[in-house]
Parts: sequence; C-alpha cells; structure tokens
Amino acid sequence: MVHGVSETPSRGGEKPRKRLLMPWTACSTILLLAIFLGAWEAYVRFFGVSSLILPPPSAVVGGLIVMVGETETWNHVWVTVYETVLGFFFATVIGISLGAVLGKILWLEKTLNPFIIATQVVPKVALVPLFVVWFGFGPSSKVIVSAVLAFFPIFTNTLLGVKSVDTGHREVMRSLNASRWHTFWRLELPSALPYVLTGMEIGVVLAIIGAVVGEYLGGNAGLGHMAVAAMNAYQTNQLFAVIILLTGLGFSFYVTITALRRLIVPWHESVFVNRDQG
Amino acid sequence: MTAVEIELSGIDKVFPTPEGDIHALATTSLSINAGEFLVLLGSSGCGKTTLLRLIAGLVRPTNGQIRIGGRDLWPGKSRNRQAIQDMGIVFQEANLFPWLTIEKNISLPLSLKGASKSVLRETTRRLTKLVGIEGFERRWPRELSGGMRQRAAIARALSYDPQILLMDEPFGALDAMTRESMNLELQRIWMATQRTVVLVTHSIAEAVFLADRIVLLSPRPGRIDTVIDVPFERERDVRLQTSGEFQKIIRLLRDRLEHA
Repeated sequence: MVHGVSETPSRGGEKPRKRLLMPWTACSTILLLAIFLGAWEAYVRFFGVSSLILPPPSAVVGGLIVMVGETETWNHVWVTVYETVLGFFFATVIGISLGAVLGKILWLEKTLNPFIIATQVVPKVALVPLFVVWFGFGPSSKVIVSAVLAFFPIFTNTLLGVKSVDTGHREVMRSLNASRWHTFWRLELPSALPYVLTGMEIGVVLAIIGAVVGEYLGGNAGLGHMAVAAMNAYQTNQLFAVIILLTGLGFSFYVTITALRRLIVPWHESVFVNRDQG
Repeated sequence: MTAVEIELSGIDKVFPTPEGDIHALATTSLSINAGEFLVLLGSSGCGKTTLLRLIAGLVRPTNGQIRIGGRDLWPGKSRNRQAIQDMGIVFQEANLFPWLTIEKNISLPLSLKGASKSVLRETTRRLTKLVGIEGFERRWPRELSGGMRQRAAIARALSYDPQILLMDEPFGALDAMTRESMNLELQRIWMATQRTVVLVTHSIAEAVFLADRIVLLSPRPGRIDTVIDVPFERERDVRLQTSGEFQKIIRLLRDRLEHA
C-alpha cells in the first residue's frame, strides 16, 4: 500500500471522502465503549458479583472522582511521571548512542552481540528485587528498572536504522566526497530517525511498566504503590481507578512520542499514512 | 577545442568472488573529449555500468590508469578528491533523500561544501527552471512522479557545476513516453550547459538519438566492440527517429550487438 501511495503525485481527490467517514468512526467508538460499560454494569448487578472481585463501572468512576480530588493522588502521579520520564530519558540517550556506535563498528557489534541477546532474553522484571537491594526503596531503583526495560527497543531499532541506510543514498554521498561527519549527520542520522522513533514508541510504554513494577515491589510512593495499597485495603474499585489513571498516563506519553514523530520525520511514510486517515 | 576530458589507459576490472574471479571489464582504453556526448551502449552484463562506475571513482580499476581533466583518479591508496569534484552522477534511481524537500535535495552538494544561503537559493531557482520542475521546490520527493524525481536528480548533479555528467541508465525506470520527453530535455540541458556527458543505456534508439559518439560494448568479459560517430546535426528532434539515416545506424548497431 505504501508503495502505491508513493507513485501517486497527488491524492487530493481522496480527502473529502475520508473526512466524511471520520464522524461515523468516532461515533461507533463511543457507542462500542458505552455498550461495553453497560454490559459490565448489568452483569455485576444482575449476578450480584462481589465488588471485591469486580466492582461495577459506576463504583470505579466514583472511586476515581474521589481519588482525583485528593492532592495525595497527584503526588503519587508526579512520582510515577518523574521516574518514567527520567528512566525513558536515560534509555533514549544510552540506547541511541550505543545503537549508533555499534551500527557503525561491525566488529564491536559482533563481539557484543551474544551479551546483548543474553541481556535481552533475561526476564528483566525478575531483576527488580536486586535493583531495590542495590539502589534502595527510593525513586532511583524505579528509574533504573524503567530505563532497563525501555532501553532495548530503542537500542535495537537504532542499530537496525543505522544499518539500513540505502546503498544508493550512500553512493550519492560518496560521489559528493562527503566527509564521515557529513555522512553521519546528513544521511545516517535522518535515515535512522523513523526507526529510532518506533523504538521510542515501544520504549515509552515499557518505561511506565518499569516504573510501576518497581513501585509494586518496594517503596511507598507512585501509582504502583497506590495500586498495591488499594488491593491490600480490599478497595478493588480504587485499584481499577489507579489502572485508569495509569492508562491515561501511558496514553499521554504515547501521544507525545507520536506527535514528536510528526514533528521530526514529517517526510516519512508512517506520518503520511496517518495524516490521511486522521 | 577537442581537449581530452576523460582518459582511460589500459584499465580492467576483476571482481574476486568465492566462486572465482569475475572479469567484468577486459583491458580497455578510451578517450572522451570535453563537451562530448558519449553513450556507452550494450546488453546487460557487458560491463557498461562497471565502466561508468570506474570513471566515477566508485570502484577502483584492477589495472591501468584513469585521468579526469588531467588528474590521476587513483594516485595512491585513495581517490583523488579533486578529480571527483568535476563529476556529477545521475543513477538509475533518483536516490533523492526522502527527508529533504526537492530544493534541499538539489542544493545538498553545495550545502555540503558550505555555500551561503543566498547561493543555495539562487542555484535551486536556476536549476529547477532548467530541468522544468519549478513550483515543486517545497515538496517531498515521494510527492513527485518518477520522471520529476529523475529531473531533480539531474538538477542535483548539475548544482555544483561539474564539467562532467555521468548518467547510469537514468531513464530506465520510466515509461516510453516520459523517456522520450526526458531525452529531449537532456539534449536541451546538455546544449545549454556544454558539459561532457557519459550516458549508459541499453536502448539503441536512445543512444543514436542522443550521442555524438557511441561506444558499443560486448559481454563476457566486457570490452569495447565498436565505436561509431553519429553525424546528425543539433538540435535533434523526435522526427529524426523515422529518417532512413537514423534507421540505418540502428540496423548497423543491432547487427553488431547480435554478433557480439
């Protein structure tokens, strides 16, 4: 499909039809959500399910409203945001630099490859208790878990991006006597950016998971801690409310990266296709 | 003024592979004059692209010497950067950078050389006009048709004012109609810029229509079979292709290709 699009110089004619489709898709999404919530509420009420096991949506919304009204909640949200952003930041910086370097130096990549694969397949969540022992119950252990989880997709995608530079483009730079620096800055980096951003999209979601899992296992702050506290207090509706907050958080991070994609690689196919559909 | 621009003295090219050496080009000598339109013609596997890539300095000859504008292309271990500066290359694919707009693609070579913004703007303005893609300066390459992209690639190759334009089947991926109009455009650009052009093609008609001189190559290993001067006046137009003289040269070349 992408190739077909690239052959067509102008696709202006298709746009009006797609615009007309938009309200209908939005309506059906909302309708679907309403049906789902209605069925959930009905199921819980008719079958008398204990709210300890599955609270009705109305109770979840009630819990959420109470929660949102408390400053305490926002302190927890802030802690999770802080850990995620910091972890994601380290993962991005280290992932991109290491990916770029290994992508350029073949022998180094070959030497380190077994280690990279080993660290990638090890269940990193199992290392969390170790990180807590090493770095304490404070935010630093969560930042590290978050960074470790987010690192790999960013690293591997950058590596792939740097290695996937088009041969024809390389020859253009070669025929222009381009220096190594120019070749990196004007060709390899922009060519790898779409890959890097894909890595970051996956990475940012993992960064949140890392922070929350870290909070589950140690410490007394953050949304992960709130979830555990709600469970221990048998407040299942509050647990659901925390999950909703986390989902919202994840969604805003993801949307930020997607917006970044439109900003940084407006020329790329992924953005073109999205722009036409949205 | 028939100064020799490109001189190949006894060059050959062997590509070593695990299954044995591939002799891509047998010992070849050829002189190309300044301002000449030379076409390298041959079927696939005859080494015409290898020959062009040797001239471009993209691959190194196994033996022999290449001189561009009097400068030895491979004086030592690495390419002579100054010899390369005089050449612009148009590849089979346009090879535009998708992250640069058409104007940024065209001005890329000059921007690598550190030219000022005003020079870049002036050059793109002049070249988009020359190759006929005005109004598309701010578009992404993917928004343009294949023919337009190839025009932009030609503009990019001309942007730093090289003495020599090397073209490797630049219109091979285009349909016959677009190809014909691109040939006319190319003739016009060549006449306007007075550059030395070396063009690789497997189309006999394209070769006869464009060339001052045709070098016919034969395969396995690639070597020069025949060199033919094309006598037609400039500016040539499409009706020339139906003339008896034109057809005669085509027949001659076709015979040679079959024997080769």
